[in-house]
Amino acid sequence: MKSGHAVKKTVLFIVAGLIGAGQIACAADIVGVITLKGTPPPEKEITPLMENPDCAKMHTITPTTHFYMVGAKGELADVVVSLKGVTGKSTGVSAPPAVLDQKGCLYTPTILAIQTGQKLIVKNSDPCIHNVHATPSVPGNPESNQGQAPGAADLTYTYMQPEMFLRFKCDVHPWMFAWVSVFDSPYFCVSDKDGKFVIKNVPPGKYTVEAAHRKLGTQTQDMEVKDGDVAVNFTFAVK
Amino acid sequence: MKANAVSKSNPWLFWFAVLTAFFTFLLLGLGGLVTSHEAGMSVPDWPNTYGNNMFLFPPAQWIGGIFYEHTHRLLASLVGLMTTILAVWLWLKDSRQWMHWLGVVAFLLVIAQGVLGGLRVTLHMDSLGIFHATIAQLFFVLTCAIALFTSRWWQGLERRPPARREENSADKHAVPEAGAPLRGLVLFTTILIFVQLIIAAAMRHQHAGLAISDFPLAHGRLWPDTGAAAIARYNAQRVSINAENPITAFQIELQMAHRVVALAILILTAVSAWQAWRRLGGKDLLTKLALAWFVLILLQVGLGAATIWTNKAADVATGHVLVGALALAVGTLWCAIAFRESVTAVYDRRTEDRRSPGTAAIGAQPVMTGNK
Repeated sequence: MKSGHAVKKTVLFIVAGLIGAGQIACAADIVGVITLKGTPPPEKEITPLMENPDCAKMHTITPTTHFYMVGAKGELADVVVSLKGVTGKSTGVSAPPAVLDQKGCLYTPTILAIQTGQKLIVKNSDPCIHNVHATPSVPGNPESNQGQAPGAADLTYTYMQPEMFLRFKCDVHPWMFAWVSVFDSPYFCVSDKDGKFVIKNVPPGKYTVEAAHRKLGTQTQDMEVKDGDVAVNFTFAVK
Repeated sequence: MKANAVSKSNPWLFWFAVLTAFFTFLLLGLGGLVTSHEAGMSVPDWPNTYGNNMFLFPPAQWIGGIFYEHTHRLLASLVGLMTTILAVWLWLKDSRQWMHWLGVVAFLLVIAQGVLGGLRVTLHMDSLGIFHATIAQLFFVLTCAIALFTSRWWQGLERRPPARREENSADKHAVPEAGAPLRGLVLFTTILIFVQLIIAAAMRHQHAGLAISDFPLAHGRLWPDTGAAAIARYNAQRVSINAENPITAFQIELQMAHRVVALAILILTAVSAWQAWRRLGGKDLLTKLALAWFVLILLQVGLGAATIWTNKAADVATGHVLVGALALAVGTLWCAIAFRESVTAVYDRRTEDRRSPGTAAIGAQPVMTGNK
């Protein structure tokens, strides 16, 4: 009897493995470029940072805000691209942790995306104290506020509800903030400095791709994944 | 001790009450700086400070936003201690029973205010900040009122001789009354200032910066567009150094309400000052107070405009909070004095009537005339 069960289990594992492998084999990437038309408002110098002795010594020039990370040809970075309405597919528990660092009295990166259940590690690489104040707005994602002294252990966060642009901030240094988007699937990414994005291993099917920029709002496009990579481009405009 | 007993003046108690009001004013200023610098949550725990006893937190760590929040807590502790002493002092030494209870109210209010400030931190509730800011204003007014009521001048008013408060009296020392319409006008304006301070607290605790960044226009118009497309455009154009929330239509409407109420208050204080001058003459204390009140509101309008023109510079915005508190206090004290004088006048007239029944009709006549 025992050996019969073992054989059945083995067969089931093989079948499941084959199905999974088949899906990955059929899965495709959604790729694209995000561009910005128009001239964004100028970024501001973070002068309070340079007025703070602890923070100023880590910079030779005054850092600026970076709401609009735009390349020479309008390539737009820091746009969060995801498959709208895809839920219950999170692999966050087994995904490697995402990292948010406090360095030079600034958050790095400013825009980040993670999965529900995925660990988010917040480090303090600075020689001064920060408070890590997470201010989610979706019920089920708890607000928290913790001090983090220089050299202190990393802080770990997990969020179980999807949420766009969950804000992390430091109230000791109020110019420090980052936005973390939480998705209930692994199908998302953040556009790079060339405005490029890749959502990997998307199973075949019809989807709505959503591109969200913290300042410029959201855009969507319907598309279908079949047996090859699909290109979807977005163009935002500053009004 | 009787409820209406007249107290013997105690200059030490008076000056201690003045000092408490002064430190409360400073505390309001520090609280304003905490909000203006977005530092309310820079100390994540309460009543401890980063795990330390609040009073033992090393000064070397009072950096950035921690400096504002921590010094606010320390000064609040001092004001709490002073208020406790004041309440006990009033209970033991002031012969007026109502003053005992005023001290108790101040004590309860300062305790509630401290707990509310702490809960705002530990419960992460922005909305509690609105109540915290509003109660702060009320508490400041209360400390000013206690200082007034413990003054020799006020207690002299309680003992003022009969004929002085009667309008049209033959007594050459007679002082005209403010009259019910003027008292009502100032009371209404004071209440409106309080409403304005609640609106202001609600605006500040949205943590969204300036919902309207221009003045006297609003997003380039007399009345701003609050449609979804317009809000998206305003947010796209806003580049702020701090981690501000995006603005909403509600926040824009709230700031417009603040502007409209400010205009109403400016007009009402101007009318109050003019009416006080006309009815009481330029030398009367109530006229001087009403004029000072109007000047304060003028200053307040200027500070409000400067708050916008400087993109909500912390010191300017805090100055705006402080002058608002002073305006509320002046309006309240004006009402207290005017109503006290009115009560004194009625009480005195009744006393005079009882003393001279034959002249009652004569004594009553000016009152009726004065109240028309």
